[in-house]
Amino acid sequence: MKRRYFIQKTAASSTLLTLGGLSLSSFTTEEVRKVTILHTNDVHSHIDPFPATDPKNPNQGGVARRAAIIEQIRKEEANVLLLDAGDIFQGTPYFNYYGGELEMKLMSMMKYDLATIGNHDFDNGVEGLLAQMPHANFEFVNANYNFMNTVLYTHVEPYKIFNKGGIKIGVFGLGIELQGLVDKKLYRETKYNDPIEIAQDMSRILKEEKKCDIVICLSHLGFNYKNDPDKVSDINVARKTKNIDLIIGGHTHTFLDKPVIEKNIDGNEVLVNQVGCYGINMGRIDFYLDSKNNVTSGGKKIII
Amino acid sequence: MVNVKKSVTVLKHFVLILTLLVSGNYCAAQLVVTKIEGKQININEKAATVQKYDDFIAPYRTRIDADLDNVLATCPETLDKSTGQWQTPIGDLLANVTLAKTTPVFRKREGKEIDICILNHGGIRAILPKGNVTTRTAFEIMPFENTTVVVALKGEKIVELTNYFVKEKKPHPLAGITFTITAANEVKDIRVKNQPLILDKTYYVVTSDYLSNGGDNMTFFKDSIKVYDLEYKLRNVLIDYFKDVDTIPVVQEVKVTQEK
Repeated sequence: MKRRYFIQKTAASSTLLTLGGLSLSSFTTEEVRKVTILHTNDVHSHIDPFPATDPKNPNQGGVARRAAIIEQIRKEEANVLLLDAGDIFQGTPYFNYYGGELEMKLMSMMKYDLATIGNHDFDNGVEGLLAQMPHANFEFVNANYNFMNTVLYTHVEPYKIFNKGGIKIGVFGLGIELQGLVDKKLYRETKYNDPIEIAQDMSRILKEEKKCDIVICLSHLGFNYKNDPDKVSDINVARKTKNIDLIIGGHTHTFLDKPVIEKNIDGNEVLVNQVGCYGINMGRIDFYLDSKNNVTSGGKKIII
Repeated sequence: MVNVKKSVTVLKHFVLILTLLVSGNYCAAQLVVTKIEGKQININEKAATVQKYDDFIAPYRTRIDADLDNVLATCPETLDKSTGQWQTPIGDLLANVTLAKTTPVFRKREGKEIDICILNHGGIRAILPKGNVTTRTAFEIMPFENTTVVVALKGEKIVELTNYFVKEKKPHPLAGITFTITAANEVKDIRVKNQPLILDKTYYVVTSDYLSNGGDNMTFFKDSIKVYDLEYKLRNVLIDYFKDVDTIPVVQEVKVTQEK
């Protein structure tokens, strides 16, 4: 009950925010709009920065620093969406001792908007994930896990639509096959559905039915698998679908120099990004939008 | 209190109606993406920090540190996993400890004895440094949540285990079993608990849940007779052992003999 009231409150306040953005832009309807997507993945309970003496990642990461950077960006940008692509849990004693409570509370303080579920988020079972959800002011999305016969049923939606300054952004979640990766006693009766088929479905719903201006896939499938190129991955989702603008990935702890551009089924460009792991990096993607009437030539400019 | 809630509801409805009106307006003018900029922000010591986050984390950290830094035992010399061809000092200790600590659990539950322990070299994530041994040491050596399981295998599968060991050329931690690798890289003289291996006898092997499921290509576990989950985490095995002893012994047994 408490949680429901809270969500209502959040819903009300986000509507208020939206209104603010709309009323502002309604005076300048012809102006280009902008939304800033910030994202992390595979933070794995890394709350403190790596020490200066760490042989691999000296002085890297740290929640209080990430918060400072996010706060600064929020001061500069009106429309910010903050996302996480899963594996929030597991990797430092913070998780072993508190079961993910601190991770959820800190992400809520940073005003994360949405996250998807990684394989390690099942490390204390479906019950362990559910137990931490009251500490999160944000929601979880996944479209290809069927939680019908688990305690997570009704707690995870396939997608969520945000309205930021008049820009409609649809975000859906995809998760990796759990069998062989996670003990069954942890994921229990969670059923895995083919991510490609689900992605085709979701992108159609969000673009065509829900008329979203931007469609984002928040994935924990992994960037790509060199030794098994046909295995479902972000690259394969990009190539085999349409209407997705951006895929934010995780799982493979892939450090990219910059986001990768792939071509979808229709030959249109899809941006695929992942930012390594442990909160060492944060991704930033800025979308500029214009009303259809103002755009004369087709195609978009991608600067990476 | 009730009044406050009511006013929130009224405000919310007001906002909702307005938004519906305005967003209806926006459906007509659809937006298209004209430009995308992508970049990565590295988070490092150059960034400022927000004090309220440090203050929020501090009590959580203090409690963990107090617990993790509690001295449980002393280690007379650094035990590493990078020294030794077929055996390593830390691997020998871990396998011996796992066999010793899980045996009474299995005996009590199933009335059977564990014969062998095999773990994986890659699963040892840190050294056991000389000096004070704490709970933190156990977390560093075994950060994963793997639990111990006992797998019942026929003697012929134990032969496969030794063949796997030779083929992988890695000092996977072993206990309860000894054997010799000939100059031609063949396994001979396999002994379990000092008795020659019997091919059709059932042996009980303690390992991690990860390996029992075929992790690190340990496929010999696939044809098991039965698997018993001890629900006892490997890390807790280690912590319990550290609590038991004052000084960590340095294992000197020869488990794998290499013929020249």
